[in-house]
Amino acid sequence: MGEAQTKAPGTGTGSQVQASAERARKARVRAHWLLNTPALIILLCAASGPLFVVIIYSFLTPGDYGGIEWAFSLDGWFSVFMQRDIFEGTLSVADAHMSILWRSVRLSLLTTLTAFVLGFPTAYFIATRPRETRNVWLFLITIPFWVNLLIRTFAIMELIRNKGVINTILMSTGIIEQPIQMLFTDFAIMVGMTYVYLPLMVLPIYASMEKFDFRLVEAGYDLYATRMKVLRRIILPLAKPGIVAGSILVFIPSLGAYVTPRILGGGKNMMLGNLIALQFGQGRNWPLGSALALTLLAMVMVALLIYVRGVAKQDSGRH
Amino acid sequence: MTGFTGIAVLCFLVLYAPLVPLVVYSFNHGSSLAIWEGLSLRWYYSAWENELVQEATIRSLVLAISAAVISTAVATMAALGTTRTSPYKGLTLVYALINQPLMVPEIVTAVALLIVFAVIRAATDYHGMAYLILAHTAFCIPFAYLPIRARLEGMDLTLETAAADLYATPLKAFKRVTLPLLWPGILAGFMLAFVISLDDVVITELVKSAGQDTLPTYMLGQLRRVITPEVNAISTVLLAISVVVVTIFFFLNKEKR
Repeated sequence: MGEAQTKAPGTGTGSQVQASAERARKARVRAHWLLNTPALIILLCAASGPLFVVIIYSFLTPGDYGGIEWAFSLDGWFSVFMQRDIFEGTLSVADAHMSILWRSVRLSLLTTLTAFVLGFPTAYFIATRPRETRNVWLFLITIPFWVNLLIRTFAIMELIRNKGVINTILMSTGIIEQPIQMLFTDFAIMVGMTYVYLPLMVLPIYASMEKFDFRLVEAGYDLYATRMKVLRRIILPLAKPGIVAGSILVFIPSLGAYVTPRILGGGKNMMLGNLIALQFGQGRNWPLGSALALTLLAMVMVALLIYVRGVAKQDSGRH
Repeated sequence: MTGFTGIAVLCFLVLYAPLVPLVVYSFNHGSSLAIWEGLSLRWYYSAWENELVQEATIRSLVLAISAAVISTAVATMAALGTTRTSPYKGLTLVYALINQPLMVPEIVTAVALLIVFAVIRAATDYHGMAYLILAHTAFCIPFAYLPIRARLEGMDLTLETAAADLYATPLKAFKRVTLPLLWPGILAGFMLAFVISLDDVVITELVKSAGQDTLPTYMLGQLRRVITPEVNAISTVLLAISVVVVTIFFFLNKEKR
């Protein structure tokens, strides 16, 4: 619009052409918005909009049977981190919440690390296959990912139950007499999350290695670099964007996991996702649940921000 | 890197090995998940006869098809509205909104919807399937959108311009030129949305009204009780469906290249 005005002193026909071009452009933009509208309405109603309601709810008073009372209160946010002793009225750090928060972060980091240790060599292996067979290997990585997460978690559960496959085999061969308690432990959650999110680590690392010139590795060897050195100085730096992306893709869903810890961790070994759901069920403390959900969201956003910053830095470093 | 091959083989083993007992014991004649008592289709039959499973299956399919159809339709429109155009004001916001379900943890979206739908339920006394369909449609949109958009970006506007030069109305050009070319992308988007909806546990579990179990939430409920190979049988069928759909998807994509 500004352009048409500044060039107004031009010939009459010229500005007319400009004006009609401007009209056409506006009509195109309007058409694009019309096309976007249905999707945006659905997303605003059932994805973005409700998040704002969660913010409001986190500042209200819990109702007696779930739900809320319309009275402002900071108790929801307060009890995310602190607790008040019922009898003495003293304040202390909310140990239960802190331990769940810490378990979520710790298990997510461990999951990311384990997935990396397994996933990086696998991505390298696929990237060094001949071009024709690569797709088949990739396909084999993708299939488990598309199998229902619940089913994959259930498969792990059957494997490690006290009466499950592993314990039955170990006991029938006489290696152990009592079943090893694996289910309902932090270890089980970690194994389960690694299992379900592993493909998310392999795929981006593979993508970053796909265009990799493996002659660089040979050149490294020719120059008498040891295997560790080649790995550290050549392969890892070149695969770094994929490693960072894969770690984020594993870390974020692990942090907000609900199904896997619920099935493999049981009622005692909760993670943040289970604690949130609990507040909307038996806990009957919706404001606390809302505040916890926003805490989780904030943690995810921080992780994403670190990632975006890292990518930006890498891009600027390259030029 | 010789050691890498070993770890890679281990990785593939790890990915597939746990699924083997799951499938094998679905054919167990006995009711144990660890002791083999002979081959039988008993648990498939019992799942087939189970009325709760039947209801949940139908509900899952109705939900997944509705959500996939609606999300693919609106995602196709949004893809046409956001690609092959010079950037316009608000385009970044549109991207952000479309991709938002991919970034926000599912449990957060689930409780947000639980709150909003509780308010609407109290106000309207409606307890039907629309809540689940709306929720599923929303989180399926980015999955339907991505392959359609990818396909569109590979198509330039010359063919549509040619059609317009030959006096085709915009609608005709869309029907005769754009849509046939875009079709593989739309199909891929639909299949992704369908699988994503069929697999959902968290949002469904928190949003559903009483007695609105889908197959995954029914299975989640069963895991609390004594588990019989019936759950394995249902899992095996779902697993087979996923594998078939992904295989079709794989070949659809391959053709494109």
